[in-house]
Amino acid sequence: MSKTNTAKLSLKERNRLYWERNRKSNGYLLKKSMKKASVSICRFILLFGMCFLILQPILNKISISFMAEGDLYDPMIVSIPEHVTAANYKLAATFMHYGETLFNSFIISLTIAIIQIAMSTLVGYGFARFEFPFKKFWFACVMLVIIIPPQTISTALHLHFTYFDIFGLIKLFTGGTISLRGSVLPYYLMSLGCMGLKNGLYIFMIRQFFRTIPKELEEAAYVDGCGTLKTFVKIMLPDAKPILTSCFLFSFVWQWTDGFYSKLFLGSIPLLSTKVTTIGDQLSQYMLVDLKAGAGASIGYTNAIVATGTLMTIVPLIVLYLFAQKGFVESLSSSGIKM
Amino acid sequence: MKKQKKLAGLQKRKAIAGYIFILPFIIGFLAFLVKPLFQSLYMSFCEVQLSGKGITNVFLGWGNYNEALTVDVNYTRFVTETFTKMCINALAIMVFSFFVALILNQKFKGRALVRAVFFLPVIISSGVVLGIEYNNALLSSVQDVIEKEGAGTGISDAIKNILMTSGVGSRLFEEVFKIIDGIYDVAISSGIQIIIFLSGLQTISSSMYEAAAIEGCTAWESLWKITFPMVSSLFLVNWIYSIIDFSMRSDNSVMSHVSMTMGAYLDYGLASAMAWCYFLVIIVFIGITSLLISKGVYYYE
Repeated sequence: MSKTNTAKLSLKERNRLYWERNRKSNGYLLKKSMKKASVSICRFILLFGMCFLILQPILNKISISFMAEGDLYDPMIVSIPEHVTAANYKLAATFMHYGETLFNSFIISLTIAIIQIAMSTLVGYGFARFEFPFKKFWFACVMLVIIIPPQTISTALHLHFTYFDIFGLIKLFTGGTISLRGSVLPYYLMSLGCMGLKNGLYIFMIRQFFRTIPKELEEAAYVDGCGTLKTFVKIMLPDAKPILTSCFLFSFVWQWTDGFYSKLFLGSIPLLSTKVTTIGDQLSQYMLVDLKAGAGASIGYTNAIVATGTLMTIVPLIVLYLFAQKGFVESLSSSGIKM
Repeated sequence: MKKQKKLAGLQKRKAIAGYIFILPFIIGFLAFLVKPLFQSLYMSFCEVQLSGKGITNVFLGWGNYNEALTVDVNYTRFVTETFTKMCINALAIMVFSFFVALILNQKFKGRALVRAVFFLPVIISSGVVLGIEYNNALLSSVQDVIEKEGAGTGISDAIKNILMTSGVGSRLFEEVFKIIDGIYDVAISSGIQIIIFLSGLQTISSSMYEAAAIEGCTAWESLWKITFPMVSSLFLVNWIYSIIDFSMRSDNSVMSHVSMTMGAYLDYGLASAMAWCYFLVIIVFIGITSLLISKGVYYYE
C-alpha cells in the first residue's frame, strides 16, 4: 500500500492499520512512536521555557510601558494594564528628544556601517585571495585587533583626538593642535582605517567567506582578460552579497546600541544609545523641578519610564530583525567560521 | 628562463595588489592601534598632566601600577571578581550553547522561530541596553528586598535546600546554583555561539551517522564519537569569543572602574595602568586556555 493511499483513508481505518502493523512488529512500532512523542514533548517544554526566558523581559517592558502610574502599585495588576496610557511614551520621548536622536542614530549607524563594511571587504578580500610577504604577520594583527579591548587604548585615543595633529603638520601651520573631540570626524577616520567597533571580526568573517571561492573562477576570469580590480568587482562581490549583508546588519545594530565609542567620540551628538542611559536622572530632575514633587520619582515609576525608553530604543532594531532575520542568521551559518 | 621571470612578475603584481587591498587596515592599525597602544603603555608609567596647550607626561616608573594593585581598594577585587565570573560564565555558555545547538539541529515544527528567538538577544541585548538592565541600582535594591521576602519559596530554592541538607552543599554546588540562578545571563549571551555550533553541526554528513547506526552505535555513543570530535574546533572558537565578549562588555565592573578613573578623576596614567593589567590578565588566560583546548581539537581532513 503506497503512502498517498494511507493519507486518504479515514482516521478509523488508519488506526486499524497502525495497530495491525504494531502487532506484526511485536509492539516495536508502538514503543518507538511513544519514545518519539515523549522526546518531542520534552523538547517542546524545554524550548518553550528557554524562549520564554529570553522574551519575558521584553514582554514585561511592553506591558509596563502602557501602565499608568497607579497601575504599577496595584497588586491586582500583573501584566495587563487597567488604565492603558501612552503618557510614558510621551514622557520618555521628550526626555530623549526622540525624533532628533532617532534621526542621528540612524544616520550615524548607517554611514558607519557602510564605511566599515566597505573597508572590511577590501581588507578581507586582500587577505583571502592574495599571496604577499608578511601576510601571516598582518593577519595576526587582525587577530590582535579583535582581542585588544578598546578600553585599553581609550585613554590614549581620548588624548590623541583632543590634541589632534597629523605628524605635526597642523602645528606647523596654525601654531596649535585642533580638538576633534565631540565631532564625528575621528570616528569616521577610525572606521576608514578598519579600527571601529568589532571591525576585526568583520574582516575575519569576510576573509573566511572569500577563501571558500574556488581558485579556478579567478583564473578563468584572468584568462578572459579581467584585471585584479575587475575580478573583484564583477566576479567576487556579487557572490559575497549574503555575507556582506549579514556583516552590514551586525555593524548597524551594534553601532546602534554601542555606548563606548559613542560616549568617547560622539558625546556632543545626541544619540539614542547615550540618551537612553540618562532617562532615570532626567525623570527625577523633571519631578523635582517641573512638578515640584518633593520626593522625586518613585522607584517603580522610574523603572517604568526607563523600560519605555529602552523599548523605544530597541523597537527599530526589532523591526529590522523581523524583516532581515534570514540575513542575520543564514549567511553567518553558511560562512563556516572555523579555525 | 623567460617564463619563470614572467611568473615572478605576476606574483609580484599580485603581492602589490594584495598590499593595496589591505592598505586601509595597515594605516588604521598603525595610526589608531599601535600608536595609542604604545602611548597608553607609556602613559601608564607616567603622571599625566593636562593643560590647555597639550599634555605633559612626568615619568613615574611603576607608581601607577603600584597604586592600582596595592593602594586602590576596589581594583584588585573587581579584577578577581570579573575574572572568576568570566571563567564560570564562559564555561556555562559553552555547555548551554552546545546543548541548544544540538536540539535546534533536530527537525521539528517551528524550528526557525525558536532559532530566531535565541538569536534575538544578540540584536537587542547588546551595548547600552544590557547596561541599563544591570546598572539600575534602584531596581536591584528592590529586587534584594523581594528576594529576601520570598527566600525559600521558589522551586529552585526548595531544590537548593534539599540538596544542601542532604550534604552535597559544597562550594562547587554553590557555583552551580549561581549559574542556574543566572541562566538568563547565559541565555542572552550565547546567541552567536549557538549559531556557530549549529553551522558546524550542519556540515557533518549524515552518512557518517547512518554508517554508525548500522554498525550498532546508539545515539548517545555517536554524540561522543562523531558529533563531539567533528565540532571540537568550534569549541576553541567559541571559548575565545565568549571570553572576549565578556571581557569587553562595558557593564563589567573593571571597565566601568577604568572609565570612571579616567572620566571623573582625570587620572589618565592610573586608568591606563589599570586597563593594561586587566588586558594582560585576559590575554595570558586566553593564551593558556586556547593552547590547552587546541591540544584536544580533532581536525577532520
